Amino acid sequence: MKKSVFFGSVTAVALAASGALAAEGDTLKEVKARDALNCGVNTGLIGFAAPDANGNWSGFDVSYCKALAAAVLGDATKVKYVPVTGQTRFTALSSGEVDVLARNSTWTFQRDTDLKLDFIGINYYDGQGFMVRKDLGVSSAKELNGATICIQTGTTTELNLADYFKANNMEYQPVNIDSNAEGEQQYMAGACDAYTTDASGLAATRASFADPENHIILPEIISKEPLGPAVRHGDNNWGDIARWTLYALIAAEEYGVTSANIDELAKSSNNPEVQRLLGTTDELGKMIGLDAEWARRAIKASGNYGEIFAATIGEQTPIGLARGLNAQWTQGGLMYAMPFR
Amino acid sequence: MVTYTGAVDPPFRLSMLIYDRRYRSLTLQAIVFILVMLAASWIIDNTLKNLADLGKTLSFDFLFRRAGYDIPQQLIPYNSDDTHLRAAVVGLLNTLLVSVLGCIAATVLGVVAGVLRLSSNWLIARLMTVYVEVFRNIPLLLWILVCLALFTEIMPPPNAYRGENPAAGMILFDMVAPTNRYTAIPSIGMTNPPGTLALGREGISWAFIAFAVVIAAALAGRRLLRSWARRVQDQTGKRPTTWWISLAMFALPVLLLTWYFGLHLIPPVLRGFNFADGINLDNALVVLWLALTLYTGAFIAEIVRAGILAVSRGQSEAAFALGLRPRRTMSLVILPQALRVIVPPLISQYLNLTKNSSLAIAVGYMDLRGTLGGTTLNQTGREMEAMVLMMAVYLALSLIISAGMNIFNVRVRLKER
Repeated sequence: MKKSVFFGSVTAVALAASGALAAEGDTLKEVKARDALNCGVNTGLIGFAAPDANGNWSGFDVSYCKALAAAVLGDATKVKYVPVTGQTRFTALSSGEVDVLARNSTWTFQRDTDLKLDFIGINYYDGQGFMVRKDLGVSSAKELNGATICIQTGTTTELNLADYFKANNMEYQPVNIDSNAEGEQQYMAGACDAYTTDASGLAATRASFADPENHIILPEIISKEPLGPAVRHGDNNWGDIARWTLYALIAAEEYGVTSANIDELAKSSNNPEVQRLLGTTDELGKMIGLDAEWARRAIKASGNYGEIFAATIGEQTPIGLARGLNAQWTQGGLMYAMPFR
Repeated sequence: MVTYTGAVDPPFRLSMLIYDRRYRSLTLQAIVFILVMLAASWIIDNTLKNLADLGKTLSFDFLFRRAGYDIPQQLIPYNSDDTHLRAAVVGLLNTLLVSVLGCIAATVLGVVAGVLRLSSNWLIARLMTVYVEVFRNIPLLLWILVCLALFTEIMPPPNAYRGENPAAGMILFDMVAPTNRYTAIPSIGMTNPPGTLALGREGISWAFIAFAVVIAAALAGRRLLRSWARRVQDQTGKRPTTWWISLAMFALPVLLLTWYFGLHLIPPVLRGFNFADGINLDNALVVLWLALTLYTGAFIAEIVRAGILAVSRGQSEAAFALGLRPRRTMSLVILPQALRVIVPPLISQYLNLTKNSSLAIAVGYMDLRGTLGGTTLNQTGREMEAMVLMMAVYLALSLIISAGMNIFNVRVRLKER
């Protein structure tokens, strides 16, 4: 009798534990209970996400993490940065190790469906390019027949590279590397003729060289790489929060809301769109489970989209990326926030 | 004759399961078994539940989809249009290649280092001690990275061989060019090729088959020769000299075939970005092979030393007293006895080396972990399936190695009659 009670309780405990361990639930609640946002970022790509000597992370993707933490938790510093490689990033997200992945990840059909991710928008329109040494005497990717090319494994660029060389009837020798740092080392040592990744990543990598003027990025862009933050399938409210935080940053630039004038505009702006964005009228925040001032905090964290771009990867920084496709739609770019209404 | 029949067993009661020593062990085993099964079922249930929550189902369909990525080193033909399954096989073959090369080299190195560590020459013995202790006590991954750094930073890039006054020169009669990407070695060409035996997508050259047959025949001939020599020795007490006959059995047909097919070496030539015509031995393979060899060799050296020390000194003294020369003493008296001690721990070193080869990802060597467990896993998002497959493959590999070595062990171990 006693024994059956014992085994019964063992089974019950086991079942209860299996229920508790299942990675299911309300991400917003979890983040609030933890009082920290787990944000998956690059292991180190200057301009996008890299820690400084004191371990403080900064960069384009990091700014998004900060904005999201400010919107949800009211404090842009309450972010735990989880560095993930090209190989570990999606597993980290789907296992619940990170709440949101902001790591130069390309939005593709298969990742959006089969990998059970939800890309919540695009924060950088990119394309894959090649970087070579100037003294190699190559001026076009079409001249790379027979070259040895360093490539980060587990990325879309790996597949694009194979397709591009096949389509152009060229041969190449891939050198598989695990992280951008390793790629940099191999490329600098001349173990590969060319390094290929997203053009923004190439610019960022080149900026960290001692002699950036001796390296060129070839003109060919061989793929579309829309990069954006991603969340898990299934938690739609968390997806909404992540999506509209990104739109808030983009919309803020469109309406001229900056981290400098935001408090003033919150009081004095007559633009109804700005009023809704900043929560002075219509409490949009409530509809996604946040308070009225969520977007205000998100924009204050590191500025609007344009300010973040300029401060981290823009033309005034060593990385020196032009806005190009990433300008506002009103400026001929593709950045287009959905209406706050 | 007195037979003690003992007390009559008392009737079975439930409490005897705990208090009676005859049943207690059974009871405990039953409980542990149930707990283990419960834990296993919980893990499996939890995994399936979590997968279901994520909307994923266990499916191995991905193996038959287009892989879409390229692999630097392939032992069988492969391109990006092939399936993930073929990519996994390419990776598995790369794992096997580096494991087999590593096991052979580590054994040679380990035996030499183990014997030399017992040398009466103080300097040599101490040098070997330093080698063993340094390599045994630093993690393998660090050795792999150190070797990689040495190869990438010290070797010249292929570009350095270019021009009128190149910065680097080819070595070994202008046949070999070490670079920081690969070592370019000459390939073998034939002026009179005999055609190929078509097998799947690529064939095997008849020349290769001819060589294999000739060498196998020579090995068999050598066996016959030795048994003949033993018979003569048994009858007359004198062993005929046979080394030149067995050498001729190998050398003559091989030379003949070489002349017939017109075998010659084709030196690597710098063309475009890289060396062509020759064979480019990828640095990733060389680095991994080197690091695995040096690391495992240190362990094998200790095993060999222990095996030799386990043979009592009286054995060699007796052999010397019988007039056996040192070399024959080693091969006829000491080694057969030492092998009995050496082989069992050697098995586990071979297993370790094979499993350690999965650190290949650190140098970008595309082994099974790099293809199936790396790119395929990442591009398809089938973590569970890829991991389960990889575990099954490594388990099967280890069991096969273990079984093979155990057969060898049975042959060398002490025959008790």
